[in-house]
This record gives sequence, C-alpha cells and structure tokens, in this order.
Amino acid sequence: MGLFYHIGKYFLLLFRVFAKPEKFKIYYRETIKEIDKLGLNSIWIVAVISVFMGAVITIQTAYNTDNPMYPKYLIGLTARDTLLLEFSSTIIALILAGKIGSNIASEIGTMRITEQIDALEIMGVNSASYLILPRIIASVIFTPFLTLMSMIIGIFGGWVAGVSTGVMTTQDYVYGIQYAFIPYYIVYALIKIAIFAFLITTISAYHGYYTSGGSLEVGKSSTKAVVHSSIFILLFNVILTQLLLS
Amino acid sequence: MIEVKNIAKSFNGVPVLKNIDVLFEKGKTNLIIGQSGSGKTVLLKSIVGLHDIEQGKVIFDGTVFNELNFKDKKEMRKQIGMLFQGGALFDSATVEENVMYPLNMFTELTYSEKRDRANECLKRVNIINANQLYPAEISGGMKKRVAIARAIALNPRYLFCDEPNSGLDPQTAILIDDLIKEITVEYNMTTIVNTHDMNSVMEIGDKVVFIYNGAKWWEGTRDDIFDSENEELNKFIFASKLSQKIRDLKNRH
Ligand SMILES: Nc1ncnc2c1ncn2[C@@H]1O[C@H](COP(=O)(O)OP(=O)(O)OP(=O)(O)O)[C@@H](O)[C@H]1O
Ligand SMILES: [Mg+2]
Repeated sequence: MGLFYHIGKYFLLLFRVFAKPEKFKIYYRETIKEIDKLGLNSIWIVAVISVFMGAVITIQTAYNTDNPMYPKYLIGLTARDTLLLEFSSTIIALILAGKIGSNIASEIGTMRITEQIDALEIMGVNSASYLILPRIIASVIFTPFLTLMSMIIGIFGGWVAGVSTGVMTTQDYVYGIQYAFIPYYIVYALIKIAIFAFLITTISAYHGYYTSGGSLEVGKSSTKAVVHSSIFILLFNVILTQLLLS
Repeated sequence: MIEVKNIAKSFNGVPVLKNIDVLFEKGKTNLIIGQSGSGKTVLLKSIVGLHDIEQGKVIFDGTVFNELNFKDKKEMRKQIGMLFQGGALFDSATVEENVMYPLNMFTELTYSEKRDRANECLKRVNIINANQLYPAEISGGMKKRVAIARAIALNPRYLFCDEPNSGLDPQTAILIDDLIKEITVEYNMTTIVNTHDMNSVMEIGDKVVFIYNGAKWWEGTRDDIFDSENEELNKFIFASKLSQKIRDLKNRH
C-alpha cells in the first residue's frame, strides 16, 4: 500500500498518542524510565563517536590546509562549525535512529505480537498514548543534551588529536574555535535534534505498533523503523536548514 | 449475560465470522470450541471490541457495547477481564506489578492496599512466593495463572479466556479450568472460554458453542454433545483415537 496510506495512518496514530493521559503520575514514571533507557544509555556511544569524529575532522582539515596561505586557526574554526552545524545534530540523530529507533520498534512490536497491547486495550488503557507519549517526551527532552555534550566532546577530541599529532598548537585551536562564532548555530542544532528525535520515536513507534505476525515481523519492523527514520532525518535536515539558516 | 446478534467480520474481503447469533449466560462457563483457524479468537476479540465488527450487535447485560462511544466503551472495559492465548503479561514488570497494574491505572487505593489486593488475587490462583519474579522466569502454567489473577484484580463482571490451557500438561490444564469455573461461580461472572480441548468441554462446559469455518454450527451442553448428530461436530469430537474408543465402548452397552 502506498505512502499516503501510511502517512494517513501515522497521523491517526499521533492523534491517539496526544489524547489526554489517564493518570499523570503513571505517565511521569514511564517518562523517567524512558529517559534512563533511551537517553542515559546513549551517552556512551555519543561520547565515543564524538571524540573520534572531532579528532578526524581536525586532522583532515589540517592536512587539507597544509599550506602557508591558510591561517592555522582555520582548523579549529572548521572543526567547530562542522560539529555545530551538522555532526552533533544530524549524524548523532542517524546514530540514535539505529540505537533507539530499533529499540522502540522491537519493544512495541513484541508487545503487539504477544498481545500485551490487546491486554492494555482491554483494561481500558489508551495503549498508543501510554506506550508512545513517554518515549516521545523522553527523547525530545533528552537528545538536546546529547547534542550539547557531543559538541563539547567533539571539540575536545579535535584538540587532543591536533595537538598530539603536532598539526597545530593549543593557541591556534582555541583562537579558531572562538573566531567568528555564531551562537545561533547552537540553537539551530538543538532545534534540529529535537525534531529529529520526534521523528525517530514516532516513526519507530508506528512501525512497532502496527506489527502483525511473529518474531520475524518484529525484526522487519525494527529494520523499517531505522531505514525510514534515517530517510526522514535527511529529508528534514534539508527542509530545516533552508528554514532556519536562510 | 452477553448476547451476540448476527455479527460478521472479514479480513481483506475474506469472511472469518459469518452471521453468528449466540447467548452467553451469567454465572456459567460458556465454551467456544472449534478447530484451529475456525475463528474462535476473532469471535472473542470481536465480542470485547478488539476487532470492529461489520454488522450486528454485542449486548452486555442490556448495553449495546459495540455502539458505545469511545469513552463509554473504555468505562465498560474496566468490567472486563481477559486472559490471552499467550498470557500477555507485561515483560518489563514483575508478577506482582503485573497484577497491580490495573489497580494503579484505575483505582485510588494506596500502595499497600493495592499490594494486598494483588496478593489476594495471586493467592486465589495459588501463586505464592513468586511476586518478585519476572514473566520470563516463571513457567507457562504459572503465567496463565498470573494472567488470571491480573484479569480478576478489578472484580470484573465478564471474563474472557482464549485457550487458557493450551500448551499445558493435562493435570495443570484441569487445574486452570477448575479455577476459571470456581471464580465464575464465586463472582457470578459471565465467562466465555475458547478451547479446542475436549477435556475442558467435559470439565466445565456449562454451555458449548461449536464454531465451524466462522459459523455457529451447533450449541448445547456437555451432556448432549456426545449425542449430537452433527457431522462436523462429531468429526471434531472424535478426532482422537481415545475418544473413538470411548464412543465404541459406550455403544457396546
Ligand atoms: N488480524 C488478522 N488479519 C487477517 N486475518 C486474520 C487476522 N486474525 C485472524 N485472521 C484469520 O481468521 C481466521 C480465524 O483465526 P482465529 O485466530 O480466530 O482462529 P482460532 O479459531 O482462534 O484458531 P486457534 O485455535 O489456532 O487459535 C484464520 O484464518 C486467520 O488467518
Ligand atoms: Mg485462537
């Protein structure tokens, strides 16, 4: 069935997700649980990737600008802007699509095929809202912190790599990362990651929620969740960049 | 009492339920029997509203359930307990938390009151000393019993069980059947049980409805089931060598 069928069904699901919660206390507790599972558990991977990407960007820029014509501070400036503009939001979002997207789709998908979702419905619980809303809130709240952390760690990684390989001095780098700094880039990145987080959780939850069949289908849903989230992240990256930076 | 009036359901144009009319009585265990794939689960889920039906009515003690609006339906569901084919316990919660779940969601009891009620239900189904275990850590029969405990936590008026004893040894299966029967009488519930187990029919079949290919083919009690002239029903009942032997022995006298 076509793309429009899925988009329509996706919005109908969102409609149910944003219904008034039955009991705030329970939703609050679920949200805290999800922050732990989706957010805190992602700190490690984000930190590791950021430090290495910061390092690589710095070394590559250094070798590409290895010419007396270019000032050394260009290295720090490039590392900073690459991290702020693209890496810490878009690339991190793609990584998270793989990590939390597959987690959400397989968890909700398993609940579907083992009739746990039916069990919720039969108790009179709005299963869509109960299962999806806490995940949306948790990831939209927490991912901006991951992005900020990624920026800081990435810039730190760049400094370590640059200084230890001797392609630049600490002064060059510190001067570079402060040169022509536009604070709005950070806001831009935070808006992007929040929207990407919304896309990842809702698209993955959609695929999980409408899983039917057995464990094979859970695997398929999980794959679809990652692929579709990634595509929509890239698409929205273009749209948001046009809207926010032009 | 639950009345089902002329309901039908199809998936992608393929009819699965065909104009079913049946009455399920209060305080009795009503059984739906039939081959695998005959439509038992779909019938049960259509009655409780997990599937939307295409025509007909489902009436719970005078209330036309399938025509209620979303909110009233939700209210009504608090009076419904259901046991799913696989138990459907929440994996991420302990046994005790599973039974407490409906209480958390729908009552204003204090934590200790809720825990007491949960333990009362667990004791009722003979689960003791397993409160802190997770569903993955208990046996299939225990899962079914915990699921029953969860289903009765809110004192429902209607209980639905989808194959409560599939995958269990005969002894445990009978235990579960008896439990369902006892609870039904004790709380005066309207209970509907899906099964393809002839033992269950003999144990607890106050009323038996035989579904064949999505249609109601026969109904009666466990006492008249063996005397029925219905060809498909006989095929279903006497599928096993054991039941054939019993019939032959009976006929000899
Ligand atoms: N969600 C669905 N989508 C499409 N077809 C379905 C769906 N659910 C059930 N069916 C079809 O409806 C028919 C009846 O299925 P149902 O699950 O009710 O059988 P059952 O009598 O409960 O069998 P079993 O004893 O094996 O549980 C089957 O042919 C099945 O393929
Ligand atoms: Mg079934």
